[in-house]
Amino acid sequence: MLRHIGTSIRITIVTVVLLGLIYPLAMTGIANVLFPKQANGSLVEVNGKVVGSDIIGQLWTKPQYFWGRPSAAGKGYDPTNTSPTNLAPSAKKLIDATKATIASLRKSDPDAVGPPPMDLVTSSGSGIDPDISPESAYWQAPRVAKARGLTLDAVKAVIAANVQGRELGFLGEPRVNVMQLNLALDGKKP
Amino acid sequence: MTAIGWLQAVIYFLIILALTKPLGLYLVRVFEGGRTWLSPVIEPIEKLIYRLCGVRVDEEMPWYTYALAMLGFSLAGFAYLYVLLRTQQWLPFNPQHMPPMAPDLAWNTAVSFLTNTNWQFYSGENALSYLSQMAGLAWHNFVSAAVGIAIAVAVVRGVARTSAKTLGNFWVDLTRATLYVLLPISVVGGLLLVMQGVPQNLHAYQTVSSLEGFSQQITGGPMASQEVIKELGTNGGGFVGANSASPNENPTPFSNFFEMLLIFLIPAGLVYMYGKMVKDTRQGWAIFTAMSVIFAIGFTVAYWGEAGGNPLVHQLGVAGANLEGKELRFGAAASALFATVTTDTSCGAVNAALDSFMPLAGLVPLVNMQLGEIIFGGVGSGLYGMIVFVVLTVFIAGLMVGRTPEFLGKKIERREVQFAILAVLVTPVLCLVPTAVAVLVPQGLATLSNNGAHGFSEILYAFTSTNANNGSAFAGLGSNLFYNIATGVNMMFGRFSVAIPALALAGALAGKKASPMGAGTFTTHSPIFVGLLLGTIIIVGALTFLPADSLGPIVEHLQVLQGKTF
Repeated sequence: MLRHIGTSIRITIVTVVLLGLIYPLAMTGIANVLFPKQANGSLVEVNGKVVGSDIIGQLWTKPQYFWGRPSAAGKGYDPTNTSPTNLAPSAKKLIDATKATIASLRKSDPDAVGPPPMDLVTSSGSGIDPDISPESAYWQAPRVAKARGLTLDAVKAVIAANVQGRELGFLGEPRVNVMQLNLALDGKKP
Repeated sequence: MTAIGWLQAVIYFLIILALTKPLGLYLVRVFEGGRTWLSPVIEPIEKLIYRLCGVRVDEEMPWYTYALAMLGFSLAGFAYLYVLLRTQQWLPFNPQHMPPMAPDLAWNTAVSFLTNTNWQFYSGENALSYLSQMAGLAWHNFVSAAVGIAIAVAVVRGVARTSAKTLGNFWVDLTRATLYVLLPISVVGGLLLVMQGVPQNLHAYQTVSSLEGFSQQITGGPMASQEVIKELGTNGGGFVGANSASPNENPTPFSNFFEMLLIFLIPAGLVYMYGKMVKDTRQGWAIFTAMSVIFAIGFTVAYWGEAGGNPLVHQLGVAGANLEGKELRFGAAASALFATVTTDTSCGAVNAALDSFMPLAGLVPLVNMQLGEIIFGGVGSGLYGMIVFVVLTVFIAGLMVGRTPEFLGKKIERREVQFAILAVLVTPVLCLVPTAVAVLVPQGLATLSNNGAHGFSEILYAFTSTNANNGSAFAGLGSNLFYNIATGVNMMFGRFSVAIPALALAGALAGKKASPMGAGTFTTHSPIFVGLLLGTIIIVGALTFLPADSLGPIVEHLQVLQGKTF
């Protein structure tokens, strides 16, 4: 029995070195050679300054930019506090919050056609969802066009150019990366 | 529900089906001590580990020695992780200067990872140093999965061997599971995840200013190397709080699909390995079929619930599937599939907020865990749970026709049935009794985030998940001293109170003589057997848990239909 206790401790030490140090450090090295951009967080630079990450959503509030989904991460889009609302489908808080979101969107987007799409009024799973649905982008197009003094068709064309279809034709949902879309509008898309 | 949503699930299943046999054959080779195509690279490392750790390769262990070695190793791992979490502030790889974890939370986290549960009361991105992540949590992800595989292999040997006293060598099984199975797949899979966008670095978070001038901290860390083993080892503990919903851990629909494949891969392969090792591959496929049926039912209900959306939200004038707590890139179908897959096994990773699932869709993960996660199962734990059910089914079938029940030519007698019943009974006791206690004490109700029936569901889910060593959560339930300790104890019992009876059962089976099959022998690979097995699983599960489930998700479903909120 004592022998097995000794083996327990020794095998813990040996595997911690192998699996807990050598493996992740080697992976970090290889990843930084093969995929340096992704390994370091898919950062987006504008004029030599990092403004965010391709895979992490950000808070957008100005009318000339497209907005993302409601966020429950910290004070909003905080990657150090990722979280959903965790509200139940029967929660009064959820229904009240959704109602308030719809009302505020109707106020900011008076020219939008029809009710806002579902993803624009529901919080994401992480609170840092970088995407919205193409429908949500088109829904916001009148506001963005007006704020920028562009024609609606011009804005719609930028959206169309930024829609990502389902991966391999069947995985996930069609989407628009909000930061890429806004960068494209600003003419700063790399 | 859409055709394309279904197509994702069907293609997913077909890929798993295609991988089952090749991986199963590879596993047979690994655990019967044969050479594999990886041997030239790995064998020197393997031998070095045996030498450094004093492992006698040809030593065979009876079931109780095997169990004691497993317990000793688990204890060492627990103590190590607890100390690491309490001292991380003094150790290297801590660019964010994380303080030590509080004692009760560190105990909960250490138990959680030792038992392969990975219940998350912690949020990695604001509580753990990179060293705690990679040398603490990720290390446990490897070895707790390897322990699960080792136990499953030992149980299979018990079924396969005749007139034998031993089940194999725990240290050898542990080492070979790690080196030949988990590590190579992690290296390749981890790099694939980096390619998809999962970060893999060691530097501090980067503070950036957005185009609108908002400040944001871009998180990082050695994520990909941990993410891959988190899924492959059916561990499920996230690098960050939002787990696989976070675009850091799971950036694309493809990474999501790949992570789901990793979860089912080894459990499915183990089922084939089982058939091969007991020399009855048809029986392996019979069990595989029973598992697939429950998987299909679970996905259908979950997808139906989520695709239908929330009628209370529809009344506000917006239409569509329930997207509360879901990432847009995954949508309803891939979220429902992930929730089914992660609870069919003991994984517990989540790519959406299960707390915000529609009540009947949220019932699917709950029921999956209550059945014991035997549908493909955890890495290892699912298979031995299923073998317990198989023994029970054979026993019941024997009673029906009035013959001594036989399983692969071995007589099932009192001792085997006692161990099987013990393993089946602990699950409901450990789920339901703590739930009942929690709703009666104020500390149990203090951290609920939802009222009404859903509040009860949160508590029931917590004890079901920790007992089943799953680790997924209706995550609105907050951490406090009561839950840190209660769920910790629950996880401990959940892991060992099934594993030890299963090993004991295997020890008893190994010692039996096999008698030749006769015309009257009940075959354990026929469609009738599959039906009986399903019946046993559903009757045992449903009879035990239906009353509790009715008070939670089922009541909430009816209330939502009536337009009631809480």
